[in-house]
Amino acid sequence: MSLASPPPEGATRAGGRAHGAALHRRDVVAELLADRGDLLVVAGLGASAWDCAAAGDHPLTFSLWGGMGQATMMGLGLALARRDRRVLVLTGDGEMLMGLGALATVGVQGPQNLAVVVLDNERYGETGMQPTHTAHGVDLSAVARACGFRRTMVVTSGQEIPGLRTAVHTGDGPLLAVVKVLAESPPLVLPPRDGLLLKERFRRALAGEMPAPQ
Amino acid sequence: MSEPGASSHVANWPDRVHRALSLAGVTQVAYVPDAGHKHLIDLCHADPTMRAVPLTSEEEGVGLSAGAWLGGAKSVLLMQSSGVGNVVNALAMARECHFPVVMIVTMRGEEGETNPWQVPMGQAAAIVLEAMGVEARRAEAPEGVAPAVEMAIASAYNANGREERAVAVLISQTVIGVKHFVEVAD
Repeated sequence: MSLASPPPEGATRAGGRAHGAALHRRDVVAELLADRGDLLVVAGLGASAWDCAAAGDHPLTFSLWGGMGQATMMGLGLALARRDRRVLVLTGDGEMLMGLGALATVGVQGPQNLAVVVLDNERYGETGMQPTHTAHGVDLSAVARACGFRRTMVVTSGQEIPGLRTAVHTGDGPLLAVVKVLAESPPLVLPPRDGLLLKERFRRALAGEMPAPQ
Repeated sequence: MSEPGASSHVANWPDRVHRALSLAGVTQVAYVPDAGHKHLIDLCHADPTMRAVPLTSEEEGVGLSAGAWLGGAKSVLLMQSSGVGNVVNALAMARECHFPVVMIVTMRGEEGETNPWQVPMGQAAAIVLEAMGVEARRAEAPEGVAPAVEMAIASAYNANGREERAVAVLISQTVIGVKHFVEVAD
């Protein structure tokens, strides 16, 4: 598909089919997080965090309820602090667009253990499904490539998810994958919203003071 | 460029700050460059125990610090006062989660400032930090900078997750010196 093409018909309508997308975001996240091993996860605010919660709340998933634009930088700080662990940032297109500079910063640092997966529904899903810049052709994978990410992918079909999963769990990063997903709002499944609890349980689980449930 | 003053006593404050960072176990140093931080940035880049991380904008440093601490690593964020305006919403996240953040801020817009565009944010910096619940410490003289940084790190990373916080050290423009803009005559 060409992401540089004009916005799809009906891009300004609420809801509907994102450009070329047939994937359900919950299915994608569930497959990426199944048997997650020692993966560390940062979930961007909004639907991405709900998707992670739907896949199963986990002490080593830090879900943002604010700080829009910060998810990728949190992933970078974590990846640099723990080179021995894989770090996955799961976020949305709107959240990623707000922190676009982070892609340049990650590109310069080049952490091999960091993957960023953008669940791209081309919408601000929490505020009324307004089109984001990606609905108008802005290509986040091309931005990441231009910023020096070692690998970038655009995923539009279910057959590509196992390859994405391998890249996230074992591939050389930094990786940025745009996964085109349907503009839909699955039933809310919420992570804990106590930021102190999220921080403390993550740190304890990672420091080994408390075993992380599988 | 705002070069530090001529005396060695003045010139060595960045060395003492670098030593303080090292002793405190800081391993990630995020920065948006400022002339006043030039020497400290160079020292951190040259230190194999530290990862110096240039940012495109200061708010990235708050996320970096939070992520680093999730992984058990201490960090600091170097910026000039104009950057205080860029970190505000990220500080809300840090406050709600009690993430430690240490900002070392070189002030502009104070006595002797020759660029009036620096004045509004310089004047507002301390007020904005206070509004976001950030503990602010001022260093008015070169010999006060490293102790203020030591205090800031101890306060931010205080071994009690519930009390961890964002702390800023505001380094007065009298410590940094004044940047002069001189047009080249035809």
